[in-house]
Amino acid sequence: MSEKLVLENLEWDADGFMVDNSAWTEEIGSSIAGDLGITLTDRHWIVINFSRDVFNSDGDAPSLRKITKQTDVNTKELYALFPGGAAKIAAKIAGLPKPTGCI
Amino acid sequence: MKTLLILGAGTGGTMVANKMAQALDMQEWKIILVDKDENHYYQPGFLFIPFQIYSPSDVIKPKRDFFPQNVDFIYSDIELIEPEKNRVKLAKNNQVINYDHLVIATGSHIHPEETEGLLDGGGWQKNIFDFYTVDGATKLSNFLKYWKGGRMVLNVTEMPIKCPVAPLEFLFLADWFFTERGIRDKVEIVYATPLPGAFTKPRASSILGDFLEKKGISLLPDFNISEVDAGKNKIMSYDQKELDYDLLISVPTNMGAEVIERSNMGDELNFVPTHKNTLQTKKWENVWIIGDAGNVPASKAGSVAHFMLDVVIENILRAIEGLEPLPHFDGHANCFIESGFDKGILIDFNYDVEPLPGKYPLPGFGPFSLLQESAANHWGKMTFRWLYWNVLLKGGELPFESQMSMAGKWQ
Repeated sequence: MSEKLVLENLEWDADGFMVDNSAWTEEIGSSIAGDLGITLTDRHWIVINFSRDVFNSDGDAPSLRKITKQTDVNTKELYALFPGGAAKIAAKIAGLPKPTGCI
Repeated sequence: MKTLLILGAGTGGTMVANKMAQALDMQEWKIILVDKDENHYYQPGFLFIPFQIYSPSDVIKPKRDFFPQNVDFIYSDIELIEPEKNRVKLAKNNQVINYDHLVIATGSHIHPEETEGLLDGGGWQKNIFDFYTVDGATKLSNFLKYWKGGRMVLNVTEMPIKCPVAPLEFLFLADWFFTERGIRDKVEIVYATPLPGAFTKPRASSILGDFLEKKGISLLPDFNISEVDAGKNKIMSYDQKELDYDLLISVPTNMGAEVIERSNMGDELNFVPTHKNTLQTKKWENVWIIGDAGNVPASKAGSVAHFMLDVVIENILRAIEGLEPLPHFDGHANCFIESGFDKGILIDFNYDVEPLPGKYPLPGFGPFSLLQESAANHWGKMTFRWLYWNVLLKGGELPFESQMSMAGKWQ
């Protein structure tokens, strides 16, 4: 299935985050990434899987600091993997709502 | 005897001690308060020190002036909290205190060493300053007295920070201060923030962004600092942006107390995971949070600690009676934003409602205006210091409800 077809039938919020994160699949993740011009590697998947685990246990996508403290991906790499706002882009690809990190 | 132990005697811990000394039967209960510092700091006042509006003596008083007589106070560092064993080890004389209920009020503090080159690059307190400590604010005051101008960059390293409006107030006051000194035309003011705009909430962000523009302050959003090159007077972001400065004002990473990390009780920033509506910690039923030691998604500010107070007191008293805690804390925050030239802006919001325009606290009347500049708001901010020392810390009542009200706000 093409990227467009995979993404077309899903619901998105105003900022382009998936509304129903339970509908997410790895294929959808790859399609969102492709849409953003990112080809996913093993390093990306470490971050995406970690983000989903944190969301499932805490109800919130992780902050940058949490990702770098609890995986072996450091901040510089994180920005290189997800250009244009690492925490936000990672959450978007992982099908999670926009991180609420800041108050 | 049962023991209520309070760790930290800042704004939150002191208020809890005063309220609990009235609420608990002191024949049956002992209240112990622990802090390593003999001084109480009026932290909202730090902001005014660089601009010579306050001096350090305006913001420091002995802590003991604010404690009720029937509370035991111990000056000591805290070595370790052992929530599974209901006990705390102090540094002083290796004392161990067993508790029935524990209130953690150990706050948050700046950590400039978390950013490469900030503390150790050679520029710290030469042309790089913080204003979140009395020491930093005082040294900055001396620097600003004789500064001839150039580019002043204010950088917030990462969120969350204590008092998220303080950087904006600093910028507004700097604009006023340099105007008064007759060098405003020689100073370029730039605000580099990791946020997408001037503030964390959309409507206030746009209105406060307009204020920045009106005052000739440039905004550089989405700036996530990776390092400071103090040799070249330059800050760099993770996505390879660079910004030159002559004077760098830094709001460094804010973290919870180190004892939280030693005790393995915190998240990645040493903030204790806490139920956001009951203020009970997530792991321990007899451990409670007031102020910014927890990870609740509310502003880290004294007004928030005040609005938490009644909820945390009620819930501890309920827990003592074997009742479930009530989810009454709504994330209410109320911030006077000093905007320079004897004016101020006021914002009032909670978890669900972002700051809106209107009047406060009396709908339609005020005297304070929400999300607008007024002289009354400035007056409110300056009067607050008196209220803080004389009413608030001692657990007295202020004419504001703990829960946010929609009355007087315009949607």
